[in-house]
Amino acid sequence: MLNPLSWVRRIGHAAVDRIWRLGFATRFFWAILCYSGASFRRLHLTIREIYFSGVLSLSIITISGLFVGLVLGLQGYETLQRYGSTEALGILVALSLTRELGPVVAGLLFASRAGSSITAEIGLMKATEQLKAMDMMAVNPIARVVAPRFWGGVIAMPLLAAMFSAMGVLGGWLVGVVLIGVDDGAFWSQMQAGVDFRYDIWNGVVKSIVFGIAVSLIAVFEGYDSEPTAEGVSRAITRTVVTSALSILALDFILTSFMFRGTS
Amino acid sequence: MNRTVLDLWVGFFVTLGVLALMFLSVKVGNLSSGHLSETYVVHAKFDNIGGLKVRGPVKSAGVVVGRIAEIGFDPVSFEAVVTMKLDGRYHFPKDTFASILTAGLLGEQYVGLDAGGSDKMLDAGETITKTQSAVVLEKLISQFLFSKAADGQDAK
Repeated sequence: MLNPLSWVRRIGHAAVDRIWRLGFATRFFWAILCYSGASFRRLHLTIREIYFSGVLSLSIITISGLFVGLVLGLQGYETLQRYGSTEALGILVALSLTRELGPVVAGLLFASRAGSSITAEIGLMKATEQLKAMDMMAVNPIARVVAPRFWGGVIAMPLLAAMFSAMGVLGGWLVGVVLIGVDDGAFWSQMQAGVDFRYDIWNGVVKSIVFGIAVSLIAVFEGYDSEPTAEGVSRAITRTVVTSALSILALDFILTSFMFRGTS
Repeated sequence: MNRTVLDLWVGFFVTLGVLALMFLSVKVGNLSSGHLSETYVVHAKFDNIGGLKVRGPVKSAGVVVGRIAEIGFDPVSFEAVVTMKLDGRYHFPKDTFASILTAGLLGEQYVGLDAGGSDKMLDAGETITKTQSAVVLEKLISQFLFSKAADGQDAK
């Protein structure tokens, strides 16, 4: 195995494999879009998936949002009070949540809470040959199984991110105003003066929609592409969480560099 | 799970999400106050705008009456051209004085409008002629030092 040619060949194989998977994922995405009309015609399928990936993630999203806000409030106050500008706590908490932390942390939680379960479900369906059985009954598994899960995730994600940000602002308010005693009026008025709807909140919503598409696509793709064995499914779940987390962070950097260029 | 229970939960979830978004836009953001529906544009030329930024506020008597829409450079007169969108409800006299001020010691810079006494009002697209540039701290300090030095020489 010391033959250098075999190493080069291995690198080539790995590269071709990656590119093949990327192309397969793109075609898979296209197929989901083509068959999503069928999944919206039978709306209860999508509603069921919004329930599983959205409603069941409510507790983890709201509680984490609250705690992130509480910590932001404490740490922000710690630094701001050195400069005697504790009233700026509101704008600090609101901007960091609506621009970055809300979409990103909610996306990471969504990937590990809902994305992994979508992958596990589809992977197990594949391992127990339910997808093949559907195909034999002339039911398209992409229209029946994959597209509703994809759209459920895409719809649920921005709502979850908005709830995360709102709970975080409430958490920051709890620590800043109720616990420490920052002036209530200054907290809200500075926040309203500094947070712009178009620039800050809407860009955050756009981010969360993009993350929702990315996480849902990765989750359904990894499930559909998994090896139909117990080990293959478990590997697919791991890949879902890792790939989603990395792509959320990378996409966040790209989106931020386009949205917030510091021109204002 | 029962279909109606499922619908109920999803409806609850979507309502909560929309409520959170509304809370963010109305209570956290400036959708309720900073939204100017009807605006008109005026220009003002400054020798130096300091750290003025696009989307910064335009204030008169401390009230936000508009936003800065654009900052450009006039290659003929070598001055900065600040384009402001003012609230359509407020109109200012032609001899209004525009100056660049700073909110607090370290705050953001904004354009302050001091209304003049003219009967004629500024129309859309017109230029405010009376302006005062931003205070540049370095110039201020060097002026102060020079005047101190001059005082010292006089005393001798």
